[in-house]
Amino acid sequence: MDLLNDANLLPWLIPAGPLLAFLIITLLTNRSKLVAASDQREYGGHHPDYDGMMVPVVNRYSRVISVGVGLTGVICALLISWTVLADASQLHHIGQEVLASSVAWMDTGETSFFMGVLVDPATVIMLIMVPIAVLMIFIYSIGYMAQDPRQARFFALISLFAGAMLTLVVADNVLLLFVGWEIMGVCSYLLIGFWFEKESAYKAAIKAFTTTRIADVVMLLGIAYLYSVTGTLNYRDIMYSPETLDLLATTTPIIFGGWTVSAASIIGIFLIIGTVGKSAQFPLHVWLPDAMEGPTPVSAMIHAAAMVSAGIFSLIRLYPLFAAGGDPHHGILTEPLAFMAVVGAFTALLAATMAVAQNDVKAVLAYSTISQLGFMMAALGIGAYVAAAFHLITHAFFKALLFMAAGSVIHGMEHGEHHVHEHDEHNHGHDHHFDAQDMFNMGGLRKTMPVTFWTFLIGGLSLSGLPIITAGFWSKDEILADAWLGIERYGSGAHALVFVLLAIAAFMTAFYTMRQIALTFGGEARSEAAKHANLGQGLVSFTMTLPLLILAVFAILAGFVGVPTDFPVLGPIFSPDYNAFHHLIIEALPLSEATAAYASLPDYHPHAPPFNIVPVATSFLVALLGLWFGWMMYWRKPLKAGDKDPLESALGAMHPILKNRYYLDDLYEKAFVKPSQWLGIQVIAFLDKGLIDTFLHLIGRIFTWLGDLVKVLNMWLIDGVGDGIPIAIFNFGGWLRRMQSGRVQQYMLLALVAAVLIGIVLVLTSGAVIAAQ
Amino acid sequence: MVPLWMYLAVAAALFCIGVFGVLSRRNAVAILMGVELMLNAVNINLVAFWRYSETGTPLLLNGYAFTAFVLIIAAAEAAVGLAIIITVYRNRRSVIPEEADTLKG
Amino acid sequence: MELNAVTIGFFIFTILTLGGAIGVVTTRNLFQGTIWLMVSLFGVAGYFVLLSAPFLAAVQVLVYIGAIAILITFAVMLTRSVTRIKERYIRTIPSLVVSLALFLALLFGVTVPIFGDYSSELAPTVVMTTRDLGLALVEGNGYVVPFLLASVLLTAAMIGAIFIARDEES
Repeated sequence: MDLLNDANLLPWLIPAGPLLAFLIITLLTNRSKLVAASDQREYGGHHPDYDGMMVPVVNRYSRVISVGVGLTGVICALLISWTVLADASQLHHIGQEVLASSVAWMDTGETSFFMGVLVDPATVIMLIMVPIAVLMIFIYSIGYMAQDPRQARFFALISLFAGAMLTLVVADNVLLLFVGWEIMGVCSYLLIGFWFEKESAYKAAIKAFTTTRIADVVMLLGIAYLYSVTGTLNYRDIMYSPETLDLLATTTPIIFGGWTVSAASIIGIFLIIGTVGKSAQFPLHVWLPDAMEGPTPVSAMIHAAAMVSAGIFSLIRLYPLFAAGGDPHHGILTEPLAFMAVVGAFTALLAATMAVAQNDVKAVLAYSTISQLGFMMAALGIGAYVAAAFHLITHAFFKALLFMAAGSVIHGMEHGEHHVHEHDEHNHGHDHHFDAQDMFNMGGLRKTMPVTFWTFLIGGLSLSGLPIITAGFWSKDEILADAWLGIERYGSGAHALVFVLLAIAAFMTAFYTMRQIALTFGGEARSEAAKHANLGQGLVSFTMTLPLLILAVFAILAGFVGVPTDFPVLGPIFSPDYNAFHHLIIEALPLSEATAAYASLPDYHPHAPPFNIVPVATSFLVALLGLWFGWMMYWRKPLKAGDKDPLESALGAMHPILKNRYYLDDLYEKAFVKPSQWLGIQVIAFLDKGLIDTFLHLIGRIFTWLGDLVKVLNMWLIDGVGDGIPIAIFNFGGWLRRMQSGRVQQYMLLALVAAVLIGIVLVLTSGAVIAAQ
Repeated sequence: MVPLWMYLAVAAALFCIGVFGVLSRRNAVAILMGVELMLNAVNINLVAFWRYSETGTPLLLNGYAFTAFVLIIAAAEAAVGLAIIITVYRNRRSVIPEEADTLKG
Repeated sequence: MELNAVTIGFFIFTILTLGGAIGVVTTRNLFQGTIWLMVSLFGVAGYFVLLSAPFLAAVQVLVYIGAIAILITFAVMLTRSVTRIKERYIRTIPSLVVSLALFLALLFGVTVPIFGDYSSELAPTVVMTTRDLGLALVEGNGYVVPFLLASVLLTAAMIGAIFIARDEES
């Protein structure tokens, strides 16, 4: 196999770099030294259990090597991705032609299951986004994790994370996607709980893992059902093949009177539930805000480049399946699409409202991620396939930027806090509960951290959808345009619901983003730490700033690849012939000519929604209105230290509800976690005491009884035989010893008798011989 | 001329008389005398076979020489045997082998 | 079978040999037994003469009658309890049976096949002189190895006899 020269084989190598980096770091470059747990400078883990113990700390040499190895792996992935993209651009018509190769992985009866790689338009957009975002996160991590005692572990895991994401991206079948999906689940668990000395961190890790696990089980059921119906899991064989889609859409395993559910719907819903877990949609969204307990690069990885994007990416991949049997562009939604539309739109609004009342700088971003993922899901639900993919890409860029900028802020705050401590040891010696992530401790950071401020501003405005100049505007606008098209032409209720909810959510997004920017960077410093907040000098500062600048460029420019052709003024400039993004991504779907023959299948190649003033005006309005409200409330009248959030009075009784996330976490705690724990305890008690103990006692009794039996056997069989043989031998010997009389003549007599007998025999036989002669 | 079988018959008779002496006599010296008789019977056989066998072969002197060796063995046997008898007698005041049964199993 | 000096000598020697032997195994007095033994051995020496082995006959007389018989006489006289033994025999019947069986076996196994074979005449007379025997005993292709072994055996027997018979106290 000539991997490097065959364009079809090259995609195999894309995940190889980070995966190899994981192996190399894990196996070779994690040399540690032991330091005392009380050593704040070297370790600083603060765990009461470790008092007086020695803890391992990665030594400097290993740190440098592991950072180098991790970075090299990602750069390799990036370069190979670009090579693959160049190869893909050589194809005459990507979509109809793809780069693909596979190997027989497992023989299943008469057929073989193939594992392989596939580069089609959906992969292409991810290969543009993921490696860049991951590389930025890696570079940022160098600075952010510079002082961490377990740096090698971090880079190993995040390399594995990136490798898993790239595996998922280039996979050509659902099972390999699921493999990458699950590896990411493990990595997220390990990375969210990276600072496992903190109780909140490991609890968040467990929460993330179990929550996504619930969804993954359902998803696996969907995959199994898909395989049992179609006999394959390959995307091209299912998603690009009208015959298979038609088979799935017309097979109706559930019929209740007039209500029929097709196999495609059941499988679709199962697979969507997987995404609901992975992409943190209601009601399985609870893990994502807690996931910020991990290091900030991990948050960026989870929220932007990898984990949650993987959920939406899988939906984009599987979209033809969901749409099979309906026609979203004509207002006919299948069950999976309706499910996505409702869940997505509801989540978008719910998370946006929760984000409004958060004080933690990362929590706001976490809820905004949930909200934005809801946008994408809702968009897919109403058939806005292109818009969802578009928003996925732009969101990944600006959300990575925002998280890393927020991480810089936190880092700067901690730096400032440290600075304050050094200079004012006496007064602040007792103040250990300083929260470096609380926005009410910040303020005025635009002066001390200008680069962070400007990049955060760009990211925030892009998130808010500031018209025209930011990427977020174009993708959100396209979602709304698609929704409006459905309302206008077909009066679809689902489209209307999506339109209204998303518009409100977009307004709130703009508002809470402005609130966040204002609280963090605006006004005057509300704490000593904020006053001295900075990233310091040198490599740390550089590596934490450079990715922000690069991503800021993408946060603005990424939107211009998808400008609608008929948009006034800008359309002819950026999309003179066609909408580049639309043109590319739509080719991932089956051709219209192929699907036209099947009544059950919709036309997967609808025209882009024509320019309409209503959605565009809505986009303008909600973004600007939200930003204006935020500006008025927080920036124009900056809060002083100790001031209350003006939102509290504005919202009244709603504020605590929002701030406490509708008490959903408490509800889950009471409704699921506590009963599960209780059930677990009961089950353990039952299993342990009732079942296992009984079983063990039974076994014990059986063996005692067996022992007795063996003992009896032993006594008369073994002892009988065992003793009997020696006794017999003894007796025989006693009898035989009488032969040894010591009487020489007797011996001689016997010897002679023997001699005579032998002689007689010889004589007789020799006589016979003679006679014979 | 005396045929060979006569010598053989006489030797057999002599041998068997010696055997009877060895087996039945109580006195060790008498047993030893029986052994001497047996040896002489063998000697008669050896010389007779030598005398009656084909000559001019490499076995020319076999019977003759073997008889000489048997004489030597007999002398040695008698010397050692009698020494043993005397020792046993000195220790046990008896020359009856039946009573010298320390080796009895 | 013609009656000539040889056959007459054979019968006389047969009577001496077997008679002496019977005397040896039957006499109660061991001293007399040694005398009977000498008679018997003398008869054997006579056979040797008849069988053209005069040297052996001489050695027979010298070694057996002159040395061994005397040795036995000494042994008898040194162990004075010999005459006090009441019964001469033990296991008389089994010994007799075995001896007779052996005799019959030898007789029918060895002698009968050539019984009455008068044609088995003497080989062409070769006069074996003592000189021939002496040469054969020391010749490389003769009996030098058995001769040496016999020498060693005699030496060992002599030493052993002396050692065994030596008085512990002395």
